[in-house]
Amino acid sequence: MQDTMTAGSKAVLSSDALQALIVALARQGYTVLGPRVRDGAIVYDEIASSGDLPAGFRDRQDAGRYGLEPREDGAFFGYAAGPQSWKRFLHPPAQTLWSAQKTPDGFTISREEVSVPKLAFLGVRACDLDAIAIQDRVFCEGPYRDEAYATRRANVFIVAVNCSQAGGTCFCVSMQSGPKADTGFDLSLTELLDGTQHRFLAEVGSEAGAALLAELPHEPTTGAHLAAADAIIDNTAKQMGRHLDTDGLKELLQASLSHPRWEEVARRCLSCGNCTMVCPTCFCTTVEDHTSLDGFSATHVKKWDSCFTLDFSYVHGGAVRTSGAARYRQWMTHKLASWIDQFGTPGCVGCGRCITWCPTGIDITEEAAAIRASQCVKEESDGGA
Amino acid sequence: MTARPRPRLAVWKFASCDGCQLSLLDCEDELLAVAGAVEIANFPEASSAISDGPYDLSLVEGSVTTAHDAERILEVRKQSKFLVTIGACATAGGIQALRNFADVGEFISAVYARPDYIKTLATSTPISAHVPVDLELRGCPIDKGQLIEVLSAILAGRKPNIAAYSVCIECKRRNTVCVMVQGTPCLGPATHAGCGAICPSFRRGCYGCFGPMETPNTAALAHEWELLGASPQEIVRSFRSFNCAAEAFRKESEAHGI
Repeated sequence: MQDTMTAGSKAVLSSDALQALIVALARQGYTVLGPRVRDGAIVYDEIASSGDLPAGFRDRQDAGRYGLEPREDGAFFGYAAGPQSWKRFLHPPAQTLWSAQKTPDGFTISREEVSVPKLAFLGVRACDLDAIAIQDRVFCEGPYRDEAYATRRANVFIVAVNCSQAGGTCFCVSMQSGPKADTGFDLSLTELLDGTQHRFLAEVGSEAGAALLAELPHEPTTGAHLAAADAIIDNTAKQMGRHLDTDGLKELLQASLSHPRWEEVARRCLSCGNCTMVCPTCFCTTVEDHTSLDGFSATHVKKWDSCFTLDFSYVHGGAVRTSGAARYRQWMTHKLASWIDQFGTPGCVGCGRCITWCPTGIDITEEAAAIRASQCVKEESDGGA
Repeated sequence: MTARPRPRLAVWKFASCDGCQLSLLDCEDELLAVAGAVEIANFPEASSAISDGPYDLSLVEGSVTTAHDAERILEVRKQSKFLVTIGACATAGGIQALRNFADVGEFISAVYARPDYIKTLATSTPISAHVPVDLELRGCPIDKGQLIEVLSAILAGRKPNIAAYSVCIECKRRNTVCVMVQGTPCLGPATHAGCGAICPSFRRGCYGCFGPMETPNTAALAHEWELLGASPQEIVRSFRSFNCAAEAFRKESEAHGI
């Protein structure tokens, strides 16, 4: 069987093989990042063994609310999207781009070396795979390729995990990004728990994934395994905590720029920027120049920025988006409408993080639905007139 | 370059606890570089060698609470090319601005054996209420990294990188899990960044030491606090601390009927 592993090949792993997987990745020089419990949440961080995984925990998510609860079934991956996405590893919150040094006859500039650790992401959900694909397009496919991102990205090994339960703010089905990981992984796993046995259905997504799977103790699949995995994904798809009707949404939003709903949501919006920070596709940055006290050296630093800050839209003479309504409208219409004009797909993958991690629980699906509902009322009354 | 005279620095104290000017002395790693870059011309807390003005840069700590100080700040302004206020007292009036919500005469008679010895104003006001201020550095106390940033920027003739957005952005950059979403009331979403989001990293809500952020929606934040179970009294007290006299925090504290 080992000899015939190719993309699309499937095999069954015991739950013990998870440890073997982590060890094999580490042996290949990867730093393994995966889910673990920290500060009352399931976060993505460095893991050393399968014992670090959040077995025994599930998350409970709603608009502006997150908490952990115990679970009895021993599932390693029985939770939904975490507080932050994998973005921070590929697109770090702060990076020094270059530094300059004063010399007797001028100055020299040195480019900052990009540290390129080999990272293995364990437990990437379908929505986050789609988000990574979106950031790949943003950073690598335009005229101004981000070499630092591209270099980091090329060194990542991705183990996807198909979701066995949806979170309270999930809507990947609406965005057609999940719950099953179809592409963009080296290896994907579906956790199979039937009360007596704890196994994983593994699927190969790349040559590197095939080679890794061949190293792990595995068994051939049976029809029952495949049916069980399909049933899990079907069941997850039915559990979506949120729904977003995307039919004609781009045109609807772009025709609703003066809608009163923007003012209404602005009364609840804190302009804190949390939604943009937790969004796995939001990519905006600012740059800062720092100088030393002696005036001999300087650094040029790139940092995550947010369209909810005033400086973000500052042009000569002042900020363009001074109202909360303008800032929220900018963010939401970019995600769901103008992103399509810019990059060919929406900038939203339905992970639900912006809903869960908004301190006042503003729900992008609810805001879109409210605008749609009022437009429908308007069309009906227009039609009747 | 070495022939150029060093800019002259003065540090002034008004009604305050000295914590912010101590932040300058606390810049252990950078202190020698600071002393090399500027002439410390007037800094009584650090040296008894005091030179007369004018000064290129004045750091002003503390609020104005006496008629004497209201006069003194005018002279400081006259003597200073750049005037930068440091900390919540100088920038918002400080914790002592709680007097603005009460009758200072009653405080004096309750606290002092000889109230007639006390000459004080009815209010504590920020430096900007008295003279034009070039830059306000927030915090109770200020962040020494921000102080060094301001000094470096002024020396280089560039704009300092002092962001006015929320503490949340600092929280997210440092990968702290949001305490508010997990049920702990936090002032971070309405509070000016600068501290590096210290309290949430210790699983505490933000206390608002840096005062209101650039576009504070305190009403929406206070409403969310209510949903998390905070009483009106807790909301009033949270907005009414070191930055109680900052406009946005003052108004919110007055909106809860206590």
